[in-house]
Amino acid sequence: MKKLIALCLFFVSFSALALNADTTKTTTQTQIQKTSEVKTPATVEMADSFRSEGKIYILLAVVLVVLLGIFAYLFLLEKKMADIEKQLDPKYRKIRL
Amino acid sequence: MNTSSDYKNSFFSWWKIITMLLLIYTVVQGLLGPVPRLPILNETIRNLYFHVPMWFGMTFVLLLSFIFSIMYLAGHKHSNDNFAVEAANTGIAFGVLGLITGMIWAKFTWGQYWSGDPKQNASAIGLLIYLAYMVLRGSFSDDQQRARISAIYNIFAFPILFALLYILPRQAKDSLHPGNGGNPAFSSYDLNFDMKLVFYPSVIAFILLAVWITILRTRMRNADDKLNGIES
Repeated sequence: MKKLIALCLFFVSFSALALNADTTKTTTQTQIQKTSEVKTPATVEMADSFRSEGKIYILLAVVLVVLLGIFAYLFLLEKKMADIEKQLDPKYRKIRL
Repeated sequence: MNTSSDYKNSFFSWWKIITMLLLIYTVVQGLLGPVPRLPILNETIRNLYFHVPMWFGMTFVLLLSFIFSIMYLAGHKHSNDNFAVEAANTGIAFGVLGLITGMIWAKFTWGQYWSGDPKQNASAIGLLIYLAYMVLRGSFSDDQQRARISAIYNIFAFPILFALLYILPRQAKDSLHPGNGGNPAFSSYDLNFDMKLVFYPSVIAFILLAVWITILRTRMRNADDKLNGIES
């Protein structure tokens, strides 16, 4: 358990460090990028009309349905596994993992 | 006397809940969140949130496979070999997904599904090495021999994979991938704070998902062993 907490702290501190690490670089480099870019941000084609028509939410709903379906499948697998393990070892109480 | 209240369904482990929440966050914020407007990439820049974490997930579980192979050689505990092989299985699955998502992305941005880019070639070779690991395992009939020989193969396979994916492409002369062949590393992406907010949680989410799947499959193998009378 202590090792898990240590691992999580490592991840958190790593991401905190990484996020803060190049903030000094960001402002100067974005300026350089902006002046040398041929296409200005306004002219780069993005899915603006798609979003303004609200279609992005349909895409999001589809992907979420797939994702939640996978979670439901994982739940069923876990349940089945627990049943099998309970059968194999009647004395078992709680699984480690 | 055991009732169903005796065991807790481990689906509700704290780290599994975190995995699911992070995955939902990745999808929602990944599709709805702001991204830099870059030519050539356009909206496909959002693929960064899925394609790259696949590879991190793969590398992490293949590292675990490497570690558990060493542990098996040290103690000859069969459950360690089970973990090693299932970690390799999951690693291959994530690697294939990473490859396919990369090819789809490449078709849109680089013009072809396969460009002979150093990192593309190296990742294909890396996957072939692990497929060979599975073939090697299949060639043995004796459990202990299979576990021992494939553990030794795994100990070679992982450092080679690491060099192929993370060292050699950076030394290549020319590459299409960011961070390789002299290109700036992600600098056109990770300058953007908004993308970091989705990318890092996504990496964690997919690593945890890979570990979850590996553990589940290992439990299946361990149960199988018990049914077949193999000592763990």
